[in-house]
Amino acid sequence: MINKKSNSWNKATNHFHKALGACLLTSALVSGAIAQDMSDVEVKSYHVAGQVWVLTGAGGHVTVQIGDEGVLVVDTQFAETAPKILAEIERLAPGKIIRYVINTHGHGDHTGGNQIIRDAGATIVAGNEARDVTATFEPGAEVIAHENVMLMMATATPEIPFDMWPTEVYIGEQYDLYFNDEPIELLYQGRAHTNGDTIVFFRKSDVISAGDIYPTSGYPFIDESNFGHINGIIDGLNQIIRITVPREQQEGGTMVISSHGRLSDEADVVDYRDMITIIRDRVLYMIDQGMSLNEVLAAQPSRDYDGRYGNGFTSPESFITSVYNTLSE
Amino acid sequence: MSFHIKKVFSGLLLGALIVPAFQAQAGISGYWAPIFHEDFEERLPGPEAGDYAGLPINDALRLRGDTWQSGLLNVPEHQCKPHPSTYGFRGIGNLRILEEVDEVSQDLIALHTHIEWQAQKRVIWMDGRDHPGDIEPHTWGGFSTGHFVGDTLVVHTTHLKSGWIRRNGMALSDEATLDEYFFLNDDASLLTHISIVSDPNYLTEPFVRSNGFEWLTRAEMGPYPCRPAIELDREVGEIPHWMINSNEARIGQQEFAERWDIPVEATRGGAITALPEYIDVVRQ
Repeated sequence: MINKKSNSWNKATNHFHKALGACLLTSALVSGAIAQDMSDVEVKSYHVAGQVWVLTGAGGHVTVQIGDEGVLVVDTQFAETAPKILAEIERLAPGKIIRYVINTHGHGDHTGGNQIIRDAGATIVAGNEARDVTATFEPGAEVIAHENVMLMMATATPEIPFDMWPTEVYIGEQYDLYFNDEPIELLYQGRAHTNGDTIVFFRKSDVISAGDIYPTSGYPFIDESNFGHINGIIDGLNQIIRITVPREQQEGGTMVISSHGRLSDEADVVDYRDMITIIRDRVLYMIDQGMSLNEVLAAQPSRDYDGRYGNGFTSPESFITSVYNTLSE
Repeated sequence: MSFHIKKVFSGLLLGALIVPAFQAQAGISGYWAPIFHEDFEERLPGPEAGDYAGLPINDALRLRGDTWQSGLLNVPEHQCKPHPSTYGFRGIGNLRILEEVDEVSQDLIALHTHIEWQAQKRVIWMDGRDHPGDIEPHTWGGFSTGHFVGDTLVVHTTHLKSGWIRRNGMALSDEATLDEYFFLNDDASLLTHISIVSDPNYLTEPFVRSNGFEWLTRAEMGPYPCRPAIELDREVGEIPHWMINSNEARIGQQEFAERWDIPVEATRGGAITALPEYIDVVRQ
């Protein structure tokens, strides 16, 4: 592999790997309680389109929508990097209040900063409730996620502090917001990376924040302990492809923020979807031939893609094992 | 035409020495028509399935080729993909190269290239700017920076989308890079383009090719609108591909080898098959 990554990128990636590795070892992937020195992590921002920015650092990328009504944040990385996220948001949107936080799923590298970022914001409430609420406590920004994220965090081991949980959950296929003069769709993905995945579509800015069903840095992680499934990931990628509209020559247009990796357009998602689908089909074919997991692993059904995607968080063996297991249910 | 990098670099050095300074009115700006005196069969009729000869590919790319189905090109979201920079200059369609200059200083900011077929657009930044960071989007053209060494334009390109080096499943990853050299002949009527593609995931060594263009006084550059159409009733998300070790892939290799009366192993590619002396192996 050509090592063309910058130092800051490498540091961030190492922190991510170490932090998530620790999570796995302690069966605490959902937990945000990760003791890592992230003092040297640098948070950078990049304008994607319209009112949407992406912030990098450690853990999953943070999507930020900025407008006249305030700031909406998708995913919050770790508690250790949350102050830097806040500082970058303040730099991009001085004086603006964070009104909403959305979690694309419940893993600690996407929710670890929930409490800190929530506390820095403020929820708008109305009517009599406003007086009652603000008289008793500062509610902070509203944290929205699918109901299964709440269940995941509420039952996690080690325990996750209550203040990090979502404050508003949705059930069903979709939850809509209208904020900063923009329709925002939260689209539930069923059993995909976990069973609580949401992709967030900013309709006016024409940007999708994809969460962990689309990490361009490697194979997707199928969290079997939280009911992830390979077919849900493929369905999610196909849903993104249905939503995205490229400009001429199949380039640009609707932009897609991957959770880990680079910014993308439809053609990039198509390339990734093709790869995942082909590997899924091969494993399914081998299962139909009566091959055991060990025989499938020995056949290396992803070996033509491992050079590009096998060096991320999810090893080829781990990915194939999860594909096999979920297809064998 | 595929050959080894050392020989190409020798040729480049020689070329740089013997090519005189361009006429001021010539340069490489203007309109150019592709010349198909090299690799005609591959470039116009198109490559045959299973033909990897002359490509410095590894086993991973060999497998991608073996499992590639041409039906993939019929999937709607694949239909309007243009050639990436790693291939487009080998294709058909006139090429236009325009200079962008700073109106005050007259410094050269960029060269804009446009190939009529598939409306392949590209910017080669000449103002010394850095390549973008890792998070920034990749494009079919990639992010190119260039400079002149003598009269040779030297270009380096990163941030390419996953592309291809041959239109039969010989894919490139999005970590591929491209280095190019453009230079003119004595009377500036011919433009030679040397491309060197590197891919840490699929190529065992840089892949070097050359092709030429002939100067045109003027050329029509028509638009190339493209909208995908559903031509087959497929289920959403169905991706055409052959299974590993399928009979279909083997048949393709066998047919190609038999048609050209060459051993199957020669069709399988690898750096050695790019060497002129490999002809002796084929003859044996």
